Amino acid sequence: MKKIISGNEAIALGFGDAGGVFASGYPGTPSTETLEEVARLGDVYCEWAANEKVALEAAIGGSIAGGRSLSTMKHVGVNVAADPLMTLTYTGVNAGLILMVADDPGMHSSQNEQDSRNYAKFAKVPMLDPADSQEAYDMVRAGFEISEQFDTPLMLRTTTRISHAKGVVVPHAKVEPQIGEWVKDVPKYVMLPNFGKIKHVQVEERLLKLQEFAETTPLNRVEMGDTEIGIITSGVSYQHAREACPNASFLKLGLVHPLPERKIREFAASVKRLVIVEEMDAIFEEQIRAMGIEVEIGKNKLPLCGEINADLIRAALGDTTTKVIPPVEGLPQRPPVFCPSCAHRGLFTILSKLKAFVSGDIGCYTLGALPPMGAMHSVIDMGASISAAHGMAKVNALAGRDEKPVAVIGDSTFFHSGITGLLSLAYNGGNALVIIMDNRTTGMTGGQENPGSGNTLQGVAAKQVEIAPLVKALGIENVAELDAYDLEATEAAIKKGLETPGPYVLIDKNPCILRYRIRKPAIKVDQDKCTGCRACLKVACMALGLTASGEKQKVRVDPNVCNGCGVCAQMCKFDAMHAIEGENNANL
Amino acid sequence: MQIFNIVIAGVGGQGVLMASKVLAESALASGMDVKQNEVHGMAQRGGSVISFVRIGEQVNSPVVMPGTADLLISFEPLEALRYIHYLKPEGRLVYNKVSINPSTVAAGLAVYPDDVEQQITTACAAAQGIEALSIAREAGNGKAVNMVMVGKVMEYLPLKEDVITEVVKQISRDKGVDVNMKALAGGAAA
Repeated sequence: MKKIISGNEAIALGFGDAGGVFASGYPGTPSTETLEEVARLGDVYCEWAANEKVALEAAIGGSIAGGRSLSTMKHVGVNVAADPLMTLTYTGVNAGLILMVADDPGMHSSQNEQDSRNYAKFAKVPMLDPADSQEAYDMVRAGFEISEQFDTPLMLRTTTRISHAKGVVVPHAKVEPQIGEWVKDVPKYVMLPNFGKIKHVQVEERLLKLQEFAETTPLNRVEMGDTEIGIITSGVSYQHAREACPNASFLKLGLVHPLPERKIREFAASVKRLVIVEEMDAIFEEQIRAMGIEVEIGKNKLPLCGEINADLIRAALGDTTTKVIPPVEGLPQRPPVFCPSCAHRGLFTILSKLKAFVSGDIGCYTLGALPPMGAMHSVIDMGASISAAHGMAKVNALAGRDEKPVAVIGDSTFFHSGITGLLSLAYNGGNALVIIMDNRTTGMTGGQENPGSGNTLQGVAAKQVEIAPLVKALGIENVAELDAYDLEATEAAIKKGLETPGPYVLIDKNPCILRYRIRKPAIKVDQDKCTGCRACLKVACMALGLTASGEKQKVRVDPNVCNGCGVCAQMCKFDAMHAIEGENNANL
Repeated sequence: MQIFNIVIAGVGGQGVLMASKVLAESALASGMDVKQNEVHGMAQRGGSVISFVRIGEQVNSPVVMPGTADLLISFEPLEALRYIHYLKPEGRLVYNKVSINPSTVAAGLAVYPDDVEQQITTACAAAQGIEALSIAREAGNGKAVNMVMVGKVMEYLPLKEDVITEVVKQISRDKGVDVNMKALAGGAAA
C-alpha cells in the first residue's frame, strides 16, 4: 500500500522489511527519526547507544553474531565512529551491515557540513545515495545484499532533503529475519598486524570487484534525453537537476562509491556538454577529471558550500530566473531560542552577568552563545566543553591569568563524550567549573531517551545513571547541586565554584519542560509598577516584549507563550511581575 | 497538470508540520504525486519554520523555489513577509493576523515593524488575514490554529474538501477530532 513517508521513515521501514535484526545509533539531526521509526515498527530490536562509536561497534557485534544490523548517525557522528569503521572495512561482515549517515548540507542544524562521501573513499567501502523516499526504502535491501555479497560494510548516505522530505513509497513483501551462525574466525575478526596485512590486500581486491559491479548494477542508470546536455548526479541533486533540465540526459548514480568508469566514459561520449551536479565536495568531478574526461560545468559554476537547488543549476547553465516579488530586507530575525520556561535561561542569564569565559558544547544550551546573552565562547564538538576548558585553564595558569573557565554540557552530551574529558581533567589536576545541565533527555534532537532518562528507545524501564556519584568516582571532590530557576542561588553557586581552586562540578537536575510537558501559570506585568527599565528582557524569552511604541515603552508578557517559570520576574526590581494563578494559555 | 506549490510558514511550535502532513496525505489520498519537506533541526520553540508541499503528476525536487509558490500560508504576519518572495505573481497569500515576538524583539534588540500588514498588502494585494487564534479557541483549543489555516485555504487547493476532512479525522487523536473539525469549519467560514 502506498504511503507518504520521509527518507528516514523509509529507511526504518526498509530495514524492517529487509529482515533487519539489530539497530543501534545516536540521535543527531537529520538522522534521528530513523531509529525512532525502527522502534515504532515494534518487532525489530533497536537501541540508543551512548555515542556513535559504541553504536557502530554494537552493530558490528550484531553482524558477527549473524543478524542484519544497522547503525544510524549524523555526518559528524561518523567522525566519532571512524575508529571502528576504518578497521571494520578490513574484517568485513558476517550478516549484512549498513552504516546510515545523514549529511546536512546548508548546516540547518550542524556545526559543519562535511561530505560523508569522503568516508566511503577513505574506508574503501561501497556507498548508496538515495534520491527520494522510495529509493531510500529500496536501498536498504540492496545495501544488505551488497554487504553480504562482497563481505563489506556499506554506507547508506542521505542528506537533510532526503531524510526529512516526504515522498510516496510502495513497500515490498517483507523478508523474514534469519539469524545466521555465530562463527569464531580469528584471521577474519582479529586485526593483529599479520591478519590485517592479508585483509588490506583483500580490501583493495574487493574495491575492484565493486567497481565491476557498479558498471552493471541498475542502481546506476542512464536516462537519455536531449544529448546537448548530459548530467552526472546523485541523491537529491538529481531531483533538483531534473527540475532545472527536464529534457537533458542523465547518468543518475545510486552507488556513489566506487564509480563505474566505463559507464561514465560511455555517457560522457554520448553527450555534447558534460555537467556534474553534486552537493558539497567535488568527489565525482575530481575522479571523473582524473579519468581524463572533460567536464564543462561542475564546481567552476556550482557552489562547494551549502545546498544545491534548481535555480542554482539553471544559473550555472546560463538560464536566468526572474523573481517577481523581491525579498523584504531588514526584518527582525527569528532565531531558535530557549523554550519558554527552559532551565537553561536562568543559567545563561547569570553566566552573562558574571562575564566568565564559557567553554560550550553541543545541545540546546549552545543557544546561550546568541544575543543578548552571548555567554558561550567556544563550541567545537561533543564533549569539548570540558576538555577544552581544561586546556584553557592550564595555559591560563602558565600565562599568570587568574581566571577559571566554565564548561557547560548537557546530560546526553556528557554521557556521549564528556565523561572521558572530566576523567582526564581530574587526573591531570585541572581547574575548571563544569556545569552539567542534567534535564534527563536529549533535548536538541527532540527529546530522545538516554542512559539518564530511565527508559530505553523501545520504552523498557532501564538503569538510570546518577551523575553526581559518577562524577565523584572520576575523581572530582567538589560536586554540588544547582537550581537554575533560582537566579540568586545560581549566582552564588557559580561564584563559589569559580572561587574554589581546582575542579568543581555543579549539576542542575531540572527536567526538560518540552520533553516532560511541564505547565505553569503565566506571568503578568503590573503596568503601573513597570518602569520600562528592560532588566527582565535580558533573560531572552519570547514571551516578553515591549508595549506598542509610545512615550514610555513598558514590558508585557504574552500569555499565549509564557509558561510561568518566573525567571524574568526575578530580574524585576520594581515588583511588577507576578504569576496569575490558574492560568496557562501557552500555545507553543 | 502543472505542479501546485505550497509554502507554509510560521513559528516553531505552531503546528506547521502537522498542517503540511494534512495537505500531503490529502494529495496522496487523491492519487497524486506529492513531496513535502521542511527543515526541522532544533527542537526548541520560537524559531522561524518553513515547509514546502508540492503536488502534481510527478514531483521531483522537494524544494519550492522563490517566485514559484501558488499558495503561501503563514501562521504569523512577520513570517508571511519574510517568505513573501516565494509567491508567484498570481500567487495567493493567507495569513494569521496574530503576531508572535521573535526572540530578538523580546530581548529589545529589534523592533517588530508596526506596518507588517500594510507591507504584506503592498506586496500582495489579494492577501487575506484571519484571526486564526480566536477561531481556534472558539473551536475548543488555541493549538488548533493550524487546522483553522488549513480550513481557510481548502477552496484554493487542487484537493477536494471532503478528502482533507477525512484525512484530518484519521490523523487526529480521539479527543482532538471534534476540535479539529470545528477548527476546519471555522477557518473555511472566515
